[in-house]
Amino acid sequence: MMGFRVLLVKELREQLRTNRFIAVIAVFVLFGIVGPLTDRYMKELIDAIGTQSGGFAIQIPGPSLDGAATQILKNLSQFGIICALLLAMGSVAWEKDRGTAGMILTKPASRAAFLAAKLVAISVTLGVAMALGTGCGYVYTLLLYPSVFPLGGYVAMALLMWWMLVAFTAITLLGSTLTRSAIAAAGIGLVALVVFGILGALPVIGPYMPSSLGDPALKLMLGQDAGWILGPVLFNLALVPALFGVTWLVFRRQEL
Amino acid sequence: MDFSKNNSIDPATIALVLVPILLLQVGLMFYALYDLFQEDRRVRGDSKIMWALIIFFVNLLGPLLYFFVGRDASRGAAVPDTTGGWAGGAGWGGAVTSGAAPSVAGDLGLGVAAPSPADSIARILATWPALPQTAEAAVVTVGLTKRYGGGIVALDNLNLTVPSGSIFGFLGPNGAGKTTTLRLLTGLATATGGSGTVAGVPIGGTTGELARNIGYLDQDPRFYGWMRGRELLNMVGQLHGLHGAALRQRVGEVLEIVGLTDAARRRIGGYSGGMRQRLGIGQALINQPRVLFLDEPVSSLDPEGRRDILEIISKLRGTATVFMSTHILNDVERVCDRVAILNFGHLVVEGPIDELLDRYAQPVYELEPEPQQPGAIDRLAAAMRGQAWAADVKTTPDSVRVFVNDPRVAGPAILPLVVASGVNLARYERARPSLEDVFLRLVAESGPPIAPPVTVPVWGLDGRGRR
Repeated sequence: MMGFRVLLVKELREQLRTNRFIAVIAVFVLFGIVGPLTDRYMKELIDAIGTQSGGFAIQIPGPSLDGAATQILKNLSQFGIICALLLAMGSVAWEKDRGTAGMILTKPASRAAFLAAKLVAISVTLGVAMALGTGCGYVYTLLLYPSVFPLGGYVAMALLMWWMLVAFTAITLLGSTLTRSAIAAAGIGLVALVVFGILGALPVIGPYMPSSLGDPALKLMLGQDAGWILGPVLFNLALVPALFGVTWLVFRRQEL
Repeated sequence: MDFSKNNSIDPATIALVLVPILLLQVGLMFYALYDLFQEDRRVRGDSKIMWALIIFFVNLLGPLLYFFVGRDASRGAAVPDTTGGWAGGAGWGGAVTSGAAPSVAGDLGLGVAAPSPADSIARILATWPALPQTAEAAVVTVGLTKRYGGGIVALDNLNLTVPSGSIFGFLGPNGAGKTTTLRLLTGLATATGGSGTVAGVPIGGTTGELARNIGYLDQDPRFYGWMRGRELLNMVGQLHGLHGAALRQRVGEVLEIVGLTDAARRRIGGYSGGMRQRLGIGQALINQPRVLFLDEPVSSLDPEGRRDILEIISKLRGTATVFMSTHILNDVERVCDRVAILNFGHLVVEGPIDELLDRYAQPVYELEPEPQQPGAIDRLAAAMRGQAWAADVKTTPDSVRVFVNDPRVAGPAILPLVVASGVNLARYERARPSLEDVFLRLVAESGPPIAPPVTVPVWGLDGRGRR
């Protein structure tokens, strides 16, 4: 892809210079820490409040590795998707609107490289943030709980969650290419999130949806049998290049 | 899991819980607020106060939204163009205009015999490869057509040949199809009919061969506000395959040509409009293009900025073919040797300026009455109108311009009419017809195409392309 390396460096530098890289990492680290903390101390905090006020008692399950895993997974996936949407929504739309895309694409740089650099740069940012966020979650679990997650399963969970975010990035990138509005692009990403959520509840195709990767990820994290996940994993691995291909087809002949 | 032995929250645990969260959450919030209230920070939306409230009150998501959506990469208050229009902070008396602006060194009486920026440009461009002496045209279009949905015809059957080495002015009223043509020729848009070549390379390809041979400046050049000027040129140079010492040398040369050497380390977001335009020329020149496309390169600039850009363009003669669209006709007369006039997507005329003036310019007489004569202009104009030899009579606040069919008949007839009208003249001359006269006449005569499928909507112009 002509010009890919140069454009990737530009994208990564942009993430750094505009503080997006730092902001995403801060979010992931924060929620990586908050996950085990919430599970570990929530019951004690609620009990303490209930005792002090002399009022009603709220039944909160006690801390457990299962609870910590659920919290980590829930936090990172929810805020991870928000970060993926925010990173990708304006990536192409703003460049088209401002005219910088036109400036770049009258140089020896292919449109595929222009798009790929953005997808890869955002994926790298999300990957680094996911590694640091889940790393902090692991360390805090180690500090707060008598036992800890199996490392292999935990890494597999982080990889699955990262790839799910990459899939949502690819969808939002498509939205950003279809429109000149970043808000519309984010809307397309959110609609995809809802649609995948609905499809995820269906019996046959449900497990193949990106948002359904959370279930096997949780089981892998806890060292349990995740069942047959090869199909969903392969499907989602193929989904990102497929979405990228559609994005490229849209962008290839687009007037700038 | 048994936590019964560890039910109390000790200070170490509190620190473990709170410190990282506070550091991250509060730190991010304060960093966002700090960034927001940078003096020259510009934000999307209405106000910094609004963003401050969002950052402060919307837990975590507020700073995130600010960094991702609210924060404009460019800065608000543009840094004044302290380069003074050219490298080293020196102004200069351009060769294009005769008005000499002495250098700063000269103003200060330093007596430094530094080479003028114009000399620097010429010196640098002399080291660049000259255009090959070839009969091949730089730009050729054959029936080039662009139609949009709904039957809108932006460009209709354009047949154009631009000789190599020329500085070519592409003229037309707003909406005539100039930008569309440039976008087709640079590969930013796809033709719906016809074909074309630029520097011998067919347009519409995807191999990058076209891009390697051209430079392009958009009419409103926008760059990445977070980048520095030198970084942009480095990036564009790398896209053109330049690396290492060759890249550094080329970037240095281009910065000197466009007079941004001193501003090269500043963020582009702080550049003035004129500096951005010069940077735009710079990025278009980095590959020593054979054909340089400039879309309205001076329309948004002040007189000094226009002079700077026109100086660069004129110095490129022999180094590149320049294809510039504009509607500033004085500039075209200064630097261009050939022009084409486009109207409603149709080519009206094309050729060397002198030939067009000879062929289309009508002889014109200018009559300027003495001041303090109420109604003199109207009386003069009325006296001239209706004469068989008067093709057209135009008035300005100060004078009357009479376009005539045959000066041999009109010349002797004008002054008796002036005498009869009772107006005292301050000035009477046969003026040199200008390109503007030719342009206005041809555009008015060409009008919209006969029975057009759909005319291109042109905001602010009437049906004949006039304001």
